[in-house]
Amino acid sequence: MAIDTATVARIARLARLPIQAQDSAQAAVDLSRVLELAGQLADAPLDGVEPMAHPHAQTLAWRADAVTESDRADALLALAPDARAGLYAVPKVIG
Amino acid sequence: MASSIAQLAQDLRARKTSATELAQAALARARARVDLNAFITLDEAGALAAAQRADGRFPNGSLVGIPFAHKDIFCTNGVRTTCASRMLENFVPPYDAGVVEHLRDVHAVSIGKTNMDEFAMGSSSENSCFGAVRNPWDATRVPGGSSGGSAAVVAAGIVPFATGTDTGGSVRQPAAFCGITGLKPTYGRVSRFGMIAYASSLDCAGVLARSAEDCMHVLSAMAGHDPRDATSVARGIDNYNAAISATLQGMKIGIVREYFGAGVDAGIGAAVQAALGQCETLGATLVDVSLPNAHLAIPAYYVIAPAEASSNLARYDGVRYGHRCADPLSLEDLYVRSRGEGFGAEVKRRILVGTYALSAGYYDAYYLRAQRARRAIANDFAEAFKQVDLIAGPTAPTVAFKLGEKTADPLAMYAADVNTVAVNLAGLPAISIPAGFSEGLPVGLQLIAPAFAESRLLSAAHQFQLATDWHLREPRA
Repeated sequence: MAIDTATVARIARLARLPIQAQDSAQAAVDLSRVLELAGQLADAPLDGVEPMAHPHAQTLAWRADAVTESDRADALLALAPDARAGLYAVPKVIG
Repeated sequence: MASSIAQLAQDLRARKTSATELAQAALARARARVDLNAFITLDEAGALAAAQRADGRFPNGSLVGIPFAHKDIFCTNGVRTTCASRMLENFVPPYDAGVVEHLRDVHAVSIGKTNMDEFAMGSSSENSCFGAVRNPWDATRVPGGSSGGSAAVVAAGIVPFATGTDTGGSVRQPAAFCGITGLKPTYGRVSRFGMIAYASSLDCAGVLARSAEDCMHVLSAMAGHDPRDATSVARGIDNYNAAISATLQGMKIGIVREYFGAGVDAGIGAAVQAALGQCETLGATLVDVSLPNAHLAIPAYYVIAPAEASSNLARYDGVRYGHRCADPLSLEDLYVRSRGEGFGAEVKRRILVGTYALSAGYYDAYYLRAQRARRAIANDFAEAFKQVDLIAGPTAPTVAFKLGEKTADPLAMYAADVNTVAVNLAGLPAISIPAGFSEGLPVGLQLIAPAFAESRLLSAAHQFQLATDWHLREPRA
């Protein structure tokens, strides 16, 4: 399936990735080729085969609804590029 | 010749050497081989402190005082963990991964973090923001990927083992390219906690070492249930040490027709056939088996893995940790520019593919279809294992290729995974062992077992290695 540059722009927007104008055509070609590869699945007799999301047919483990983490707010906030007053800081959202 | 883990442990017990001496020697070897570009971070202070702790104990465990390296995808408390990405170039985790804890608990000594493909996306270890890793057998060639740094440091004799991760072949293919042994356990056998996520339903921690016996020692320490990883399996661990002596007598090995098809170099096919002949001499019976949906593995993998990656990598937003662009104009600008600057080309490509495959209107055609293919592939293995105990074939279709040879064509690079990805889709354990040479470069034989039959893999590989010396061959420094 051929992808055009408008589709690349829409997908890049969803993925929050910048695509420069000069890279858009190459990205469209790359995406088209990978999707062409994936297109081989369309011809395979897979209708009615149950989808498999995970290697083991196990139900996910539930843990007790109890606090297991210690308070590490300072250590975690220290990783942030910008944190102030115990909060993550981002550019102003509401004008 | 580089010593085995058992030999090093014996030397430690006999006080012929100390953990500190071993760590210092490994660090010196690492510094002498900067040409390989195999390490991102050397942790001299941490290694010497860990070695000192090991020296303070009676070395009664097989890994006490043994130096090794971690792939730079495992979070290490206080030691930079980059995943070979500009996004995490300065990330210093405040906690240890489960695998890191397990190996520290048995007093193995990590000397540093190895180079890799960015976020484990690649088959050559060229997609690293720290530059490409070189193959110790031929510096003009790739070591394979994504655990290429881990493979190179073992092959070059810097450390006896290294950790790796295998999402589509990232332990086995570099092991094959570098002439060493690479074990990918069953999905869920080893904790993923603190292992930076690429494709969560496929990601699996593994080990790269010279021999199956060395892998056995490391797996024994790494395996086990971790309640912090919801996909980690609560199931007892086999006594791998006891199981490894089982012989190949009566073992039925399935030869996969499809894995010797077009695209597999003649030299690889010949070396692998000869190795299988050796298994027959050792008492195994060779049986032809078919995995009729094998051709769907690459297309299914390159939908499922990017889809999961696009979701996993959404966390890198420039807010909580990782790279943040300078002077963002708005929150949107902060997200877009931080991600644009932080991720490399292949990571962006896979995020775009995955986002497309999961987007409204295309989910059924791509992601759901790929999950159906995944089931068909897993069913093929289940059928085959009704007839045989192990499945065998070449690990990779070619020997290590030249640096830059496939970087311009992503699909050519993806084809390097043709014999390995199906194992991840089915969640099975597999091992790549040295099986000869083609064009003067190492060839890997892949053995695949049913879920949780790591003991069978290790014993078969060990018996082969007792009778052959391919795993003992070393590249010229």
